[in-house]
Amino acid sequence: MIMGILDSKVPKGPLADKWTKHKNEIDLVNPANKRNIDVIVVGTGLAGGSAAATLSELGYNVKTFCYQDSPRRAHSIAAQGGVNAAKNYQGDGDSVYRLFYDTVKGGDYRSREANVHRLAEVSTNIIDQCVAQGVPFAREYGGLLDNRSFGGVLVSRTFYAKGQTGQQLLLGAYAAMNRQIQRGKIKSYTRHEMLDIVLVDGKARGIIARDLVSGEIERHSGHAVVLATGGYGNLFFLSTYCMGANVMAAWKAHKRGAYFANPCFTQIHPTCIPVSGDHQSKLTLMSESLRNDGRIWVPKNLEDAKAIREGKLKPTEIAEEERDYYLERRYPAFGNLVPRDVASRAAKERCDAGYGVNKTGEAVYLDFDAAIMRYGREKALTSGMKNPDDATVRKLGEEVVEAKYGNLFQMYEKIVDQNPYKTPMMIYPAVHYTMGGLWVDYNLMTTIPGCYAAGEANFSDHGANRLGASALMQGLADGYFVLPYTIGDYLSKDIRTGKIPTESPEFDEAEKHVRERIDKLMSTKGTHSVDYYHKKLGKIMWNKCGMARNAKELQEAMDEIAELRKDFWENVKVPGTPDSKNQELEKAGRVADFLELGELFAKDALDRNESCGGHFREEYQTPEGEALRDDENYQYVAAWEYQGDPSKAILHKEDLVYENIEVKTRSYK
Amino acid sequence: MSGLIQSSIARKVVMALSGLFLVFFLGQHFTINITSVIAPDTFNTWSHFMGYNPLVQYVLQPILIAGVIVHFVMGFVLEVQNNKARTVKYAKFQGSANAPWISRNMILTGAVVLAFLGLHMYDFWVHEMAYKYIEAKPEDPTRYYAETVEKFAPIWRVVLYVISFALLSLHLLHGFASSFQTMGVNNKYSGGIKLFTKIFAIAIPLGFVFIAVYHHLNPITH
Amino acid sequence: MKIYLKIWRQKNPSTKGAMVAYTLDGIEADMSFLEMLDVLNEELISKNEEPVEFDHDCREGICGTCSLMINGRPHGPDTMITACQLHMRSFNDGDTIAIEPWRAKAFPVIKDLIVDRSSFDRIQQAGGYISVNTSGRPVDANAIPIEKEAADASFNAATCIGCGACVAACKNASAMLFTSAKVSQFALLPQGRVEATERVMNMVRQMDLEGFGNCTNTGACEVECPKGISLENIARMNREYLSASVKG
Repeated sequence: MIMGILDSKVPKGPLADKWTKHKNEIDLVNPANKRNIDVIVVGTGLAGGSAAATLSELGYNVKTFCYQDSPRRAHSIAAQGGVNAAKNYQGDGDSVYRLFYDTVKGGDYRSREANVHRLAEVSTNIIDQCVAQGVPFAREYGGLLDNRSFGGVLVSRTFYAKGQTGQQLLLGAYAAMNRQIQRGKIKSYTRHEMLDIVLVDGKARGIIARDLVSGEIERHSGHAVVLATGGYGNLFFLSTYCMGANVMAAWKAHKRGAYFANPCFTQIHPTCIPVSGDHQSKLTLMSESLRNDGRIWVPKNLEDAKAIREGKLKPTEIAEEERDYYLERRYPAFGNLVPRDVASRAAKERCDAGYGVNKTGEAVYLDFDAAIMRYGREKALTSGMKNPDDATVRKLGEEVVEAKYGNLFQMYEKIVDQNPYKTPMMIYPAVHYTMGGLWVDYNLMTTIPGCYAAGEANFSDHGANRLGASALMQGLADGYFVLPYTIGDYLSKDIRTGKIPTESPEFDEAEKHVRERIDKLMSTKGTHSVDYYHKKLGKIMWNKCGMARNAKELQEAMDEIAELRKDFWENVKVPGTPDSKNQELEKAGRVADFLELGELFAKDALDRNESCGGHFREEYQTPEGEALRDDENYQYVAAWEYQGDPSKAILHKEDLVYENIEVKTRSYK
Repeated sequence: MSGLIQSSIARKVVMALSGLFLVFFLGQHFTINITSVIAPDTFNTWSHFMGYNPLVQYVLQPILIAGVIVHFVMGFVLEVQNNKARTVKYAKFQGSANAPWISRNMILTGAVVLAFLGLHMYDFWVHEMAYKYIEAKPEDPTRYYAETVEKFAPIWRVVLYVISFALLSLHLLHGFASSFQTMGVNNKYSGGIKLFTKIFAIAIPLGFVFIAVYHHLNPITH
Repeated sequence: MKIYLKIWRQKNPSTKGAMVAYTLDGIEADMSFLEMLDVLNEELISKNEEPVEFDHDCREGICGTCSLMINGRPHGPDTMITACQLHMRSFNDGDTIAIEPWRAKAFPVIKDLIVDRSSFDRIQQAGGYISVNTSGRPVDANAIPIEKEAADASFNAATCIGCGACVAACKNASAMLFTSAKVSQFALLPQGRVEATERVMNMVRQMDLEGFGNCTNTGACEVECPKGISLENIARMNREYLSASVKG
């Protein structure tokens, strides 16, 4: 069932002027009145942490909530590569427009033009801000900031702090938060989880949270609620997300009226360390930069692949002509540097055909041998050696590769216990980011008045596929520079409201609802652990809603998830008590939400009869097996309205209009 | 400056400065003592000067005693505080995996050195005080050498000296270099400083041991 | 492989805990240490016992949440990694492994292996920031060139993940390595120099208030730090503190 068209509230006027014009025209709250307004921020990653810092600095009273023991531990901290900004310090022709263009194109034309342009505009402020805060970005010998380039773009605009950019940016936001905590403007609640959002007269006015240490259920009120709770990739059980990442806050908001947009848009990153066995709890990313020098291959012959899986053959024993460098074969123009979605699907295709190379059959090789020898010869020549032997060349080459990727190689060796200088790395795609999320308008407000979503938790900027180094940019743009201003437009109507009481029928109802749910989870006393269900859900998602999807399997997935959900509520076993620290109870609540979202995810994927970005429908591909987009019928945001059962969700559309960019087909041949 | 002494860093600095002062004193003490092996007359002259010069007696000596007391009291205070910082101990703790024994047992080596100081004070300082003020004997600038040599006649005292100086050496091996770190010195010269402190920490106690053994083996024959 | 575990179990902050023995069979060398604990917990749940609570999140060595004292060493026998990066291949069939929480007065146990490290947060709240408005319009990022060496040293100090292994390893439960890393990160940058005096005084004061022990330069923290934070930072903080005291 499809209902109305959504109003994105994108300001009128030329694209480049929209944000400035909007800022000039929206209502503001005067400083004295801000002191009377409370804002709740859930999640303290880049988006939440930076939003909390700026909001409190502007004068609002902020309460932050995070399930971690410190705001600094949010998973933004794990981002490696960098943060994009259209500074054009390299003088290589970068501009706000080019960053905007690259991001829209990279998102396969499924993101909102005005939001992306605003993102590109404020990107430069991010770098200024972070440097002023003491974020130690990489610098050149001249003392100026260094840049590197990332996939899918033609300029060098990525700012970085070695392989720990996310960490440094998050610590910057955390420091800004600390300053406000010290001033008493932020009250930080750690080891707290939001279990429901409270609506009063249809407006978001507070949350119900659980103190994860004491188990106490608490009521917190505010004039607005900001959700910056990240993505929902843990739906797949195995992902590069942290273990605690969950969709609870966003899903509770969804159930109270916030539309969930494009849930099926998931990024599956091609270069992760493969699963080693059933015990696996988590996947580790190997930076995308490795594909600059590594060549991806599998054996040409099925017998060789089988022998490798059985440990009878080593990859180094397979002759060059017996190897299938399938990316170079399929995409001669881009080769190993095709975008993430393409590389991931190609790996899956080979493994499905039986060419996988580790014991589970789900891995391909990323081989640095050619790069080592190439660099080695180069190095030998530049150091004046005339006829170096192979061993010398190899030694020199390994040194060069170590200087470039040493820390990654070391990390790989720690996990896999194989030396990637001597034998090719094994890699396989893994769930890494979700482009979908709560639907928000231009002001980042969800369809619940007063409920905002920022960072990965919203859907707006990355379309169907996110480019590298863009997630950090979006989180900080939303938190530092967008949300604190756009929220004023809404809060300006609340200056006379006064403190929101937590003693009200609405809070009573929400708390009762939360308590009932906990009681139900605790009292089931069934036979299976929470992880049992989470793993089962993950398998369904990975097999039927993963890198390649089709109508039949998506329908099966919907049915299986509904079935699993039913079984979960009848047979889950949660040990311990609700009134103490209880990690199983925490997990149970999160998995219960995933069991609902999973079905909506499949429904959304089933509904989108096209292939675009990370969403690949097997029915919609070119004869060569490439994604086939349908701009005629699917150039829209699918925003789902909750109706009591995920399968009954109602679709609302926001048509995507591209006035400043020509919609083209992506080709990497 | 107020409240300086109340912070953990300030207490450490007091520890380091008093320690460095004692190290300096140790060097000076050794310089005088070694003359007892090389030139007994010089030893007598210097000892007499130290024993009767008013500046040494009424200014430097109290400072030295204060230094010892401060270093000892502060060491004890730090130890108590540090113990309080971990009320429940580990069931299994592999301290040796990440820090040398000497650095973890400064209180032990320090306590032994302190006990030795007691003996030493009894042997020489109490004796001096008695000689000068209680018995009020006349000045005798030639008595020191013989008195010293005589002290090392019994083997038990020599053994005690050897043990005490071995522990002092261990104490210095960590403590001397550590005071530089506490004072904020950790730079390109640190390697050199560390080497110097190590040599000092081994050589000086060894020298004292040598003096004791030498006098034991070479008694004055009357 | 088969392993024998001795794990600290403690119901809540106010009850007394004890080491409890468990035996686990079928552990694979490729498992991470935390995955081994997952296996144990699944077994405990199936036997209707309460699983062992331990802190963990990113499981890739960057969030600093995991905090296990493994056989008497923070994050276990290997260096330069966190407990979540430790794999069972570092152990042998038949090994006995003792697992305890960080022990420090300033890190009270919450439950089992989970401790409260909010003291670290409070140290940073006392001054671990540069007082610039995030909503302001700062100068261009390249307006002040920073010597690469200083920027790199600042970065190295800033890589601290705040896990608390330094405190756990220190025989005095001192937090000097952590605090000094934070002080150094800012002290090394021109932007951070402006408030350097106040910052070091405030952060050290808070550190002392929290009840951490005194540094006796044993160097255990540096050895056990999963990010290799150097003792140079402690010397720098001492320097900063001394000059701040003289000035103040």
